[in-house]
Amino acid sequence: MNAPLNPAASGASAPREEGAAARRLSFILVFAPFALWIALVILVPQLNLFFLSLREKVGPQVYVLGPRNYTELFGESVYVLTLVRTVVMSLLATFATLIIGFPIAYYIAKIARGRARTLLFMSCLLPFWVSELVRVFGWMLILRETGLLSRLLQGLGLVDGPVELLYNDVAVMVGLIYTSMLFMVVPLVSTLDSLDDALVEAGYDLGGNGLVVLWEIVIPHAKPGIVAGAIIVFMLNLGNYLTPTLLGGKNSQWFTAQIYSQFITRFNWESGSAFGFVLLVTSSLIVWLALRASGQTLSGTIGKG
Amino acid sequence: MLPSIPAPRFVTFAYRAYVALFFVYLAVPLVVVAVFAFNDSLYPSLPWKGFTLDWFFGASAPKIGLFHDRAILRGLVNSLLVAFATTAASVLVGTTTAFLFERYDFRFKGLCYMLMLAPLVIPGVILGISILAFSSQIANAADDAFGIELNALRPGLLLVALGQFSFIATIATLVISSRLRKFDRSLEEAALNLGASPFMAIVTVTLPYLAPALIGSALVAFLMSFENFNTTLMLVGSDAPLTITMFDRMKQGSTPVLNAVSVFLMLGSALLGLVSVMAQRGGRGAAE
Repeated sequence: MNAPLNPAASGASAPREEGAAARRLSFILVFAPFALWIALVILVPQLNLFFLSLREKVGPQVYVLGPRNYTELFGESVYVLTLVRTVVMSLLATFATLIIGFPIAYYIAKIARGRARTLLFMSCLLPFWVSELVRVFGWMLILRETGLLSRLLQGLGLVDGPVELLYNDVAVMVGLIYTSMLFMVVPLVSTLDSLDDALVEAGYDLGGNGLVVLWEIVIPHAKPGIVAGAIIVFMLNLGNYLTPTLLGGKNSQWFTAQIYSQFITRFNWESGSAFGFVLLVTSSLIVWLALRASGQTLSGTIGKG
Repeated sequence: MLPSIPAPRFVTFAYRAYVALFFVYLAVPLVVVAVFAFNDSLYPSLPWKGFTLDWFFGASAPKIGLFHDRAILRGLVNSLLVAFATTAASVLVGTTTAFLFERYDFRFKGLCYMLMLAPLVIPGVILGISILAFSSQIANAADDAFGIELNALRPGLLLVALGQFSFIATIATLVISSRLRKFDRSLEEAALNLGASPFMAIVTVTLPYLAPALIGSALVAFLMSFENFNTTLMLVGSDAPLTITMFDRMKQGSTPVLNAVSVFLMLGSALLGLVSVMAQRGGRGAAE
């Protein structure tokens, strides 16, 4: 990288050349850790993964370059179906998280006041201080055959014997929604917070009913928060391994589980890398489409801090 | 809908009921986990067989409590080691990177900023496998070419820490940047005018101002490292951190010792939360 372009500010009392040299040194000192981090654990490993995915094994220790790992993936309907299924379920879970979370975010931002507001907001964050593993464990204890819900249904006389509520798509959805709720509610609260009450009141004064005000005023204002929340939640769902595996069992057929089995169980790194890349590209493509469709940018959405 | 605008009573009531129901939904799984930690039964399920602390302190089979379960204790120690290393590296690199993007203009800054954010967009599983493949290939190459066995680059705690650091550093950078942005540069200039070297000015003026963000990012980093699963799973060797140990047990079905571990983790998180709130308060006081 290049030398800093604005040698202003620091070292005002020092002679100019010495100041510029010191500034250059300080730039190198803060640039080096960043460069090492991004190059050694992000950029080079990702490029290497891509290279691996294009490698075909033709014999022991003998490889040639070629697209076979990808053609195999897309030629096998099980893998393609797993990918489509993972994307569709992740989108559905994201949508459900938005629908469930929006009224809560609105209540916290616009209706609750003072201490109640702080308390509600904090209780929203609370479950997420606990490991995802513990949260999923809680759902397992509730949903499994000997679990609480099964007992409850038996106690109410609604079912005759124990019912297995775990290891199905609904269980996976419940887990995904629960796990990523925070990442939807927090951006929503912060955008709804900046919505001026007067705008909502004006909407009512001009004769709009609740639904019209919601659709014409509240949702357009909250759009950046909705996009930010949806993108983060979608990416978390798509890349999740823990929740689909534990709540969906062998039936979950999540794409990350395929990556795991190729990489760790079968030790087929070439094919596993191709799987990883397909997931990465799918995820980036959908995020990019969502950003485009809503006219937002990635750094504006996620980089706000 | 606003408090200032009258709404039909049943609408208000239904809305409140929904909010209440939502918080019940948030709480129930955690309450269930916590309650069964104290059930005197070999399985974390009903019926309730009476209160016990055996799942914490029990020393004899079949009721081996958390503090006598070797695998779990070892997992805890491994998780702590990884979390300390990851936190230290993330806060250090997060601080320098925050200075880089807030204080310097350089060519390709926009591109570098995108690269800095990239780890948040890459799924954790893929971060894990890319680092696994890369480091294993280096280790294999070193073995083939020089006959050196680079054990550190084989799956294990070091790689786990590296994998977690790869994205936690981004989060630390964002947290520290957002406070650094609000810093009044004239304070630093005052220190320089009073004869401090640029380095001394940063150490005595800027870093104390950043302290709440440093502490906050350290706590977040620690928690994220301790809880991480996806990246860790791909990089784990024979020494497993706690989340991996618990995951293996959970798949098989386990005694309520897992509930006891969960309660222990909840208490730990609550403690961290308390420290973070206090640090933020302290920071606000200092800033005023």
